[in-house]
Amino acid sequence: MIDFRDLHKAFGANQVLDGFSLTVRDGETMVIIGYSGTGKSVAVKHVVGLLEPDAGEVAVDGQVVGSLRRRELTELRASIGFVFQFAALFDSLSIFDNVALGLQRRRSMSEAEIETRVAESLKLVDLAGTERHMPAELSGGMRKRVGLARAIALRPKYLIYDEPTTGLDPVTSAVIDRLIVRTREALGVTSIVITHDMRTAYTVGDRIAMLYQGRIRQVGTVDEVRATTDPVVRQFIEGRPDGRAAERASIGGASGAFAQEEEG
Amino acid sequence: MLASLGRSVLAAVASFGRLGRFLGDTVRALAEARTWAPLTFQQMRRLGVDSLPITLFIAAFTGIVLALLASYAMTNYVPPYLVGTLVGKTMILELGPVLTGLALAGRVGANIAAELGTMRVTEQVDALETLAYDPYAYLVVPRVLAGTVMFPVVVAFAMAMGVFTGWLSATTLLPVSTAEFVRGLRLFFVSFDVQYGLIKSASFGFVITLIGCFLGFTTRGGAEGVGRATTRTVVYSAEMILVLDAYWAVTLLRTQVAA
Repeated sequence: MIDFRDLHKAFGANQVLDGFSLTVRDGETMVIIGYSGTGKSVAVKHVVGLLEPDAGEVAVDGQVVGSLRRRELTELRASIGFVFQFAALFDSLSIFDNVALGLQRRRSMSEAEIETRVAESLKLVDLAGTERHMPAELSGGMRKRVGLARAIALRPKYLIYDEPTTGLDPVTSAVIDRLIVRTREALGVTSIVITHDMRTAYTVGDRIAMLYQGRIRQVGTVDEVRATTDPVVRQFIEGRPDGRAAERASIGGASGAFAQEEEG
Repeated sequence: MLASLGRSVLAAVASFGRLGRFLGDTVRALAEARTWAPLTFQQMRRLGVDSLPITLFIAAFTGIVLALLASYAMTNYVPPYLVGTLVGKTMILELGPVLTGLALAGRVGANIAAELGTMRVTEQVDALETLAYDPYAYLVVPRVLAGTVMFPVVVAFAMAMGVFTGWLSATTLLPVSTAEFVRGLRLFFVSFDVQYGLIKSASFGFVITLIGCFLGFTTRGGAEGVGRATTRTVVYSAEMILVLDAYWAVTLLRTQVAA
């Protein structure tokens, strides 16, 4: 279980998370939706300790991430697969080495076992036989699938997908959606999917939570969210450009604020 | 005006604080030898062996110019064999390490900043962390160690090349025989000169790679940020080379003279 408890995070004057609380139950796929740049990625980066909260905490299986010692954090990270928005493949490594890297770190598997696991993971994302290619030789959709293969190669208990279908054509997006569903069925993982693509949200999610102005506006099953009467959530899921929510949505975005903060 | 100055001072203090923390994390990552050891050899080749062509090119022409300058400056005043002395002393004590350092600030420092900066803005550094790697052990330690170890090796080649082309130009373009050149070269030679040049080179290798890693690691803002980190690395590295050059002269050369 992943528990976000009253999380606060600001970058400079920009309060990105302002009392973000959400519980992700074991075995479910939780989809977090929200406007671009409202802090969805910021929230999930706290789960693996890539960011530290200003206040509040994130607990994974009862362990508060911010209070873990380095070794404990490393062990926790080994149980969480993170699929990055732009795949974040290592440019200088082949596809095989990209997928094998996390396994080599564990040092509990032989070379032969690693080769088998890499092949299995690539097959699961329909990229069998691409081991010798370099990331630059693959399309955007294929790179995202390799990113997923790298995450699932570790057989994690949790999988976090940061905007898995952003920037992809509709067909490739549907392929990725299917892979997310298939991965959960094959591995039984608990997943968090960050997206603003409602088709993805409806296809892969058990429950959907909407992040709005730093906190959860609504959380519920797919059907509950589809039937919502909340005007902000309604406007978002219907993609209507006019209305209160759009006016108040963050334009600069959390990532922009993050960059400015670090520059300063 | 005062407020602006205050902000600049605060920013400088904050930067030093971040650099100190970065250095601390790098030292702590030394415990992860199984991560950094295999990668260090790879970096030694990239930072050291691959830097040899540009280093030898610079040293070759420096040696030629030094011999001709020595001859020009000392004609009719001092014996010709002192061309060998001047070429040897200058290449070993000063120009070998400093010119190589400045060239490698551009080649190695900029390369590291651009590579790590790109990895940072494309979330590859975050990806390493999620794969349970310590990015300091994986990315920083191998580069800093390789720079510190390989710069003296590269500079030793530069020294040898400079002396060689100095000899070549002295014996072919100037009225200096090989015996005279070698006599001059050996006249005031002490092994400390080489130690001094190599210690200096190691310190240059350390700061260039450390600055490149630090600015690359702290890159923000996409391609523009990577460009900024790269430029800053070259400028700060060049400045630090000159500061360290003066530092070693004051601390090592002065004590040698006093002794």
